[in-house]
Amino acid sequence: MINITVKDPDGHSQLLDVPTDIGLNLMEVLKAYEYDILATCGGMGLCATCHIEVLRGAENLPECNDNELDTLDTLPDADVNSRLACQIRPGENMDGLVIKLKNLQET
Amino acid sequence: MITTDICIIGAGPVGLFAVFEAGLLKMRCHLIDALPLVGGQLSEIYPQKPIYDIPGAPGIIAEDLIKNLLLQIEEFKPGFTLGERVEELDRQQDGSYIVKTNEATEVHCQVVVIAAGLGSFEPRKPAVERLEHFEGKGVHYMVKRPEQFRNQKIVLAGGGDSALDWTIFLADIAQRVTLVHRGETFRGAPDSAAKVFELAEAGKIDLILQSQVNSLGGNGVLKEVSVLGNDKSLTSIPTDSFIPLFGLSPKLGPISDWNLGVEKSAVVVDTVDYSTNVERIYAIGDINTYPGKLKLILCGFHEAAIMMQSAFKYVYPDQKLSFKYTTVNGVNAF
Repeated sequence: MINITVKDPDGHSQLLDVPTDIGLNLMEVLKAYEYDILATCGGMGLCATCHIEVLRGAENLPECNDNELDTLDTLPDADVNSRLACQIRPGENMDGLVIKLKNLQET
Repeated sequence: MITTDICIIGAGPVGLFAVFEAGLLKMRCHLIDALPLVGGQLSEIYPQKPIYDIPGAPGIIAEDLIKNLLLQIEEFKPGFTLGERVEELDRQQDGSYIVKTNEATEVHCQVVVIAAGLGSFEPRKPAVERLEHFEGKGVHYMVKRPEQFRNQKIVLAGGGDSALDWTIFLADIAQRVTLVHRGETFRGAPDSAAKVFELAEAGKIDLILQSQVNSLGGNGVLKEVSVLGNDKSLTSIPTDSFIPLFGLSPKLGPISDWNLGVEKSAVVVDTVDYSTNVERIYAIGDINTYPGKLKLILCGFHEAAIMMQSAFKYVYPDQKLSFKYTTVNGVNAF
């Protein structure tokens, strides 16, 4: 179990307990905590609806693969700290990660 | 006015298969989709991905599934209105509906089926000052008719495949093409990226990297875009059209205005027949929700079959529905 701090677009912050041994990716964890992430593509790294900005701990994340970079390239508001939550599998070395959600579902 | 028995909103896999189930019951369908092509997410987001849980079609590639579905429903001659978004469902006195799109297409039908997946795909809009002010006056989120840009000065923004592809395509049509991209490289489609760099080196297009369009100017119609570099430099570029290409993202949109029960961006249905709380309006596939709902294509197929049996009574109020297997009766084309 690790802790990850999540800031939503409204500025609210929440400290989450995140299990590392049940095979969920970070997008699925965020959905389990009821964040309204669309996850259109279901975790293939193609739709970019789970776009996050890593505020602290980026050095502990595995590097983006080409597919993720390609998808991030299509976004108007991505920068060097951008990641797709669905492409990150929480591990013990990610304790203390701080992320900001870039876009929650709009209707 | 288009007249049909059943109007299906959404031409994804579930909407397409619904045509087949309707056809078996001699009900005609017309489909409307906001995307310019059929297939929904399968065409727009993951055309090349294999899908493993379609019964009898192991590991089928998404775009092949769509091709097969089109083949399967061909005999029932569905109508299509593509690239238009349904805005309004107008209930008539006799209970039937007129479905109206954003481009004033009207479809008169006895039954409305919402098979809209996660909503309609809308272009992602970058944070650019006065962007919406110039929509329709020089700002385009899609290239529908390339010819309209002939001899224009145009600025494209984006770093994905479509930004690259349209830059290459429009280089021969427009008077001057400028591509603005936030990064310094392009990750997608190395061939297209190489071609864009080649065109820039040859002086055929202007390529502005590590920069973003940050505001638009003009009096009534678009006259210029201003580009902010990562180094804070500000450049003004005279332009007739600005085309930001940042992909599409689904939005529930007008569906939330139709007085249907909506829970967490999904339409609440009765699992007896996947009807909504409004008579003659059904919802199937990813757009609906009920206890135990699974967002699977195969569940949407099941929902389509059940739903059409229920819709029969509105299309043929004087007939009794008798259930027949395709193995016994075959498929009787229209």
